[in-house]
Amino acid sequence: MMPRSVLMALLLALCALASTAHAIDPLPFKDRAEEVRFQNLARQLRCLVCQNQDLADSDADLAKDLRKQVFDMMRAGKSDAEIKQYLAARYNDFVLYDPPLKPGTYLLWFTPFVLVAIGAIALLRILRRRARAAVGEALTRQSGQPKNTEEEDW
Amino acid sequence: MNRLLPLLGFFALVGLLGFGIWWNQHHEMNEVPSPLIGKPAPEFTLPLLYDSTKSLSKAELLGKPYLVNVFGSWCVTCQDEHPILTKKVKPLGIKLIGMAWKDQPEDAKRWLAQFGNPYDAIVSDVDGRTGIDFGVYMAPESFLVDAQGVIRYKRIGMFTPELIERELLPEMAKLGIARP
Repeated sequence: MMPRSVLMALLLALCALASTAHAIDPLPFKDRAEEVRFQNLARQLRCLVCQNQDLADSDADLAKDLRKQVFDMMRAGKSDAEIKQYLAARYNDFVLYDPPLKPGTYLLWFTPFVLVAIGAIALLRILRRRARAAVGEALTRQSGQPKNTEEEDW
Repeated sequence: MNRLLPLLGFFALVGLLGFGIWWNQHHEMNEVPSPLIGKPAPEFTLPLLYDSTKSLSKAELLGKPYLVNVFGSWCVTCQDEHPILTKKVKPLGIKLIGMAWKDQPEDAKRWLAQFGNPYDAIVSDVDGRTGIDFGVYMAPESFLVDAQGVIRYKRIGMFTPELIERELLPEMAKLGIARP
């Protein structure tokens, strides 16, 4: 009889193995390179049924069909871009995990930069004002006149 | 003014989050708008469910608007939609084409025998390839196709009487189909 802890460890190891194994239906890849290309492509495509999973991970029936479709198109000599375009034309750019840059996605792509720029401008203004206030204070101290600084520091 | 800035920022954030809540409640989270609207429906030639020796193609349907309803006997929502198709959509007088999607013909026939057949014609898409061409991802889905074979409207999920009133009928009116 094995100690409980050993059993537990074995069980956990088994679970880990099971989760790393691919949930993917076996597709007849001709070599390793083709399989890698397929996996890479399937990871960039979203499963429409369970929308937070990519096509490589999803066990949904439609995902299986779409994987088959991708595989067949690869075999037919289509490029990755062509396959992605085929799916995006039918299922919306939503299938692509990497959204394309176009007028409809400008907001998505550029908002972060705009926000950083606004932050940088605000920071610069605050720093300048403080620098000016510090200089002013130094000057008033030099001439010996007391002065109330109106600046707020928050 | 400077003192008010954090408060304004706060209200801007409240506004943004409030919009988020409103938005989530007013649109279907899983619904992906179809890029096929306004584009020609994909070409297809599929065997008829009740006579697999014959087939129906897009070319044969040109000339009159029609509504393609994608269903499957495995699809629970299709069962809910079925009486609405029978009672509310069929009387509209538009040609109703059923597409048994990813369904074995025997299962589809059994399902229709049980619930009734509201369709003018039913095609069988067993391997789901035509469904993929149409960008179908969850049954039921319906496509309104005009006389020129262009997809004018798509419904993802079941029709309800309200949706027929609010979306389908106006789209049909645009094609010149008066309500009966």
